[in-house]
Amino acid sequence: MADSSDSKIPTVVADRVDIVYRVNGTGAGRGSATAALNRMLRRKQAEKAAGVRTVHAVRGVSFVAYRGEAIGLIGTNGSGKSTLLKAVAGLLPVENGRIYTDGQPSLLGVNAALMRDLTGERNVHLGGLAMGMSREEIKSRYEEIVDFSGINEKGDFITLPMRTYSSGMAARLRFSIAAAKDHDVLLVDEALATGDRSFQKRSEARIRELRERAGTVFLVSHNNKSIRDTCDRVLWLERGELLMDGPTEDVLKEYEAFTGGTAKDRKPQPKPKAVPVPS
Amino acid sequence: MSQVLHTPPPAPGAPTPAEADLAALAARHGLTVSGARPSLGEYVRQLWDRRHFILAFSRAKLTAQYSQAKLGQLWQVATPLLNAAVYFFIFGLLLGANRGIPKDVYVPFLVTGVFVFTFTQSSVLAGVRAISGNLGLVRALHFPRASLPVSFALQQLQQLLFSMIVLVIVMVASGSLPALSWLLVVPALLLQFVFNTGLALVFARMGSKTPDLAQLMPFVLRTWMYASGVMFSIPAMLHGKDVPTWLADVLQWNPAAIYMDLVRFAMIDEYGSSYLPPHVWAFAAGWALLAGVIGFVYFWKAEEKYGRG
Repeated sequence: MADSSDSKIPTVVADRVDIVYRVNGTGAGRGSATAALNRMLRRKQAEKAAGVRTVHAVRGVSFVAYRGEAIGLIGTNGSGKSTLLKAVAGLLPVENGRIYTDGQPSLLGVNAALMRDLTGERNVHLGGLAMGMSREEIKSRYEEIVDFSGINEKGDFITLPMRTYSSGMAARLRFSIAAAKDHDVLLVDEALATGDRSFQKRSEARIRELRERAGTVFLVSHNNKSIRDTCDRVLWLERGELLMDGPTEDVLKEYEAFTGGTAKDRKPQPKPKAVPVPS
Repeated sequence: MSQVLHTPPPAPGAPTPAEADLAALAARHGLTVSGARPSLGEYVRQLWDRRHFILAFSRAKLTAQYSQAKLGQLWQVATPLLNAAVYFFIFGLLLGANRGIPKDVYVPFLVTGVFVFTFTQSSVLAGVRAISGNLGLVRALHFPRASLPVSFALQQLQQLLFSMIVLVIVMVASGSLPALSWLLVVPALLLQFVFNTGLALVFARMGSKTPDLAQLMPFVLRTWMYASGVMFSIPAMLHGKDVPTWLADVLQWNPAAIYMDLVRFAMIDEYGSSYLPPHVWAFAAGWALLAGVIGFVYFWKAEEKYGRG
């Protein structure tokens, strides 16, 4: 990728990125009170004895993303895809290395800012503000957001608290709010599969629209078809390491051989290096 | 630890660019480090840009609090009223803590103290959990993290405004009519709000690193409450006891006591300046400035680290 073609403009540069999670309360003593006391008394046995475990979620990943690219991130569960995405967005601090970006990349999603006890109407407002939209912007987009979500198709639901929505309805409203904003660098984390079939179609179209307007798109997905449809380049992460980086078809072929070939003996065993990926 | 997964195939022709080039490449195209901490001035500007979010978030939290209750938002007023009634029952009727205060002044004295102290107390408690309790939000969206503690302090200010309605009812019920001096409440509470926000910022940073503070702080705050003269007058309590006079001054200069005294001074006619320590307004402003500035800078210093659990 580092060929001399300086005509390509980089938008995201990851330089040997390491990301480490520290997890409290997973001490060897299984968390019983006596074990906790024991740990407090024997101070010098460092972090591990104090119940702090570190999880090395991303190891030494480097890549350069250019304007106009749509990049897929693939890998088995817990391989560090979402973690890497959060670090690109500047939401998770890196342990070593650097991530350089052009402007402020944003994750597609506002779930965390919404409140179940508020009406859909207020959540549209709150979610928009949380994403950094101005009040005027929200006002002018409000109708569009509600129409897109289709919440009002079955009655006046937008003025009811979100806790009264079915899970599908809530997911649709969340997506509609999140997709209302344009982004320079857009990061999508498996957001495609929400709602019923007709809404899925609409949301896929909306993501394509966002993609065309955005400079660079990153997509995390387990759906190889949507990766094929959307991306022209794929990064394959496995156990936090960047295994392959190349054109979609080449990488997917290797990846499918890897996952498909082991499908028979892949029993639901706990992975030794489970990476907690906060949703 | 044995690996369950098969060893993945080796990467064919690692396409990683020469690593020394990456920083230079980024610099050449003017890319900036993602998630880096902005300068203090820039941070203030970003925070100001998010003022609508801060306000909307605080109001949303306030509304969501009672949205499942049958009486709904009526609880905003009923909760402080019940709170004051409990304290009056215990300290006014059972223990008789109204030493040195005329009987008819004691009820407004106590109610004011409870409300004003609760304002600081709940701001600190909300501050401790402002980051650690909202990690999902911190890890999903980009905004200056100080928005959260500031927003929680603002929520408590709005809660206090409901309490002030109760206070006015209590005042009128106990026979005093609204007077111009009541307006002094406004600067006093504004200074207290700045002070509370500073504390919330400090504890938000500490709580993000050590969530255990959420368990510890209630006890610290209760001790502070009993030492600040919420239900008794500090000089009256110390009067006739074998304590140096400066001790009364020191106890009265503690920020919680200062703000309580100022609001009482403004609201209650009989609570004249003789109850106040010297230089009371200077101390009120000083505490607010000290906590506000230190809290903001201290919080900003760790801005880029709040996403880490």
